[in-house]
Amino acid sequence: MSIILSIIYLIATVTFVFGLKMLGHPQTAKKGNFIAAVGMILAIIGTLFLHDFEVSITNYILIGAALLVGTILGWVIAVKVKMTKMPEMVSLFNGFGGGSALLIGLIEFGNNVGVDESMKVSSSIMITILAAIIIGSITFTGSLIAWAKLDGSLKDIRLPKYNLINNLIFLGLVIFGAYIVMQGTDSFALVYLLLFASLVYGVLFVIPIGGADMPVVISLLNSLTGIAAAITGILYGNMVMLVGGILVGSAGLILTFVMCNAMNRSLSNVIFGAFGGDAVTALPTGKTGGVIKKTTASDSAILLNYASKVVIVPGYGLAVAQAQHVIHELELLLNKKGVDVSYAIHPVAGRMPGHMNVLLAESNVDYGKLIEMDDINPQFPNTDVVLVVGANDVVNPAAHNDPSSPIYGMPILDVENAKHIIVNKRSMNAGYAGIENELFFNQKTSMLFGDAKSALTELVSELKNM
Amino acid sequence: MDYLIEFFKENLELIYILILAIFIGVELIKNVPSVLHTPLMSGANALSGVVIIGAILVMLQTNPENYLALVLGFIAVVLGIINVIGGFVVTDRMLQMFKKKK
Repeated sequence: MSIILSIIYLIATVTFVFGLKMLGHPQTAKKGNFIAAVGMILAIIGTLFLHDFEVSITNYILIGAALLVGTILGWVIAVKVKMTKMPEMVSLFNGFGGGSALLIGLIEFGNNVGVDESMKVSSSIMITILAAIIIGSITFTGSLIAWAKLDGSLKDIRLPKYNLINNLIFLGLVIFGAYIVMQGTDSFALVYLLLFASLVYGVLFVIPIGGADMPVVISLLNSLTGIAAAITGILYGNMVMLVGGILVGSAGLILTFVMCNAMNRSLSNVIFGAFGGDAVTALPTGKTGGVIKKTTASDSAILLNYASKVVIVPGYGLAVAQAQHVIHELELLLNKKGVDVSYAIHPVAGRMPGHMNVLLAESNVDYGKLIEMDDINPQFPNTDVVLVVGANDVVNPAAHNDPSSPIYGMPILDVENAKHIIVNKRSMNAGYAGIENELFFNQKTSMLFGDAKSALTELVSELKNM
Repeated sequence: MDYLIEFFKENLELIYILILAIFIGVELIKNVPSVLHTPLMSGANALSGVVIIGAILVMLQTNPENYLALVLGFIAVVLGIINVIGGFVVTDRMLQMFKKKK
């Protein structure tokens, strides 16, 4: 490797560290992303032109074509995607990274077979190749399944004894991999079998995980892709791949734990614990438990108009209805009338970590008004009206007082401490986690049924007339 | 067991770097406000596209007669670069929204 290329890799590595650091602060984030991107492009260009291999023109043309096609595709997807679809897109891109790693592993197996006269691959190279194939495959199919589930085209599927089956398959993968390493095989059939089993495991691993746990799974898969990239880095002794991959791996792992904490669940509980499916049957009493109180837009408008402090709790339902802009309009209107308005953001609001913040920022909501859970909870007793829009599980008091509930122990927004609660929902259906919510039967709660966008629009026009 | 020992012996320097990088990653991300979790994740996602370097290296070294490897390598490069470009562009788009409101 030329010394110039080594220096470029070094610079790229440093840009990754700085970029990631700067991404962690609101003021520097944009610059951080740019710096990391520049480092990445430098590393790619350097790799293309500063290598010392004999390369046929065919290969060069193919690489160029691939880069062109992928750049256009990536750019178009990234510019077109709606912010509500962000989790789907991150999963999809993430799967692509994993897919790339698994293909590299596969090709390198072919390239290394028959290098020495024994026709066997050195065990140390073999370990890295197999690890790249296994982890790359799991993230590839796992991310695609996560994408399909977030997209709504695939529901949770739980085979009987799926935990046992999954664990056995995983154990089998490890043993099988170890066997291949010890045998030092040159057999493609065995490696294809391992590939196939890993792909299947990726599917089975994500498919039973409940909707409410998606933010955790996305973070975890993100972390795994980083690890896959780092492993291919070991294969080539390439520092920029190694460090870049590991940074992503550890960053993703931290976010995974942050998400787990936000739900008061352990990682193994998310991966191995059933969530949602059994819960509905465990809580049949919820629905018969009380009477709900319906309200109208004009009554809600009066309530809001004479409040002095209003807290809005936005959930994914708000985003689905594309009501981010209307809610911002409502906020400004109330502000003009002298009402203090803020937003309470639960850490797992939305479908990926921090998703709700992005959605509200898209409609120009000042991010100073987005209050995190721990800061807003003490304020609820002084709050006149809480407006819950399209959120459900994150305001479910069962998390505090029903030990049999699957979300028991999860930190929630204590909206029931406020003086009045208005809940906007399309219908009485249970939330994404499939659990009944006793908040709706609370005496202080009034239900404003309807699609978030039309209900809020009506609310805004009522307020304007006051 | 011998295989693992051999693996460690051949990759000792890399393993040092790997472990130190884990610590850096943890320190970098530890106190990020939740406002930035999504952009951070999609930015990190773009970084994991660094696997593209490996895909290009594979393609540079593949025998032009080996069609299967060429096809697989081609796909690997496409997937990798989508991950990189898409990831950085979409992160930038997201952060743009945070910026315009002061």
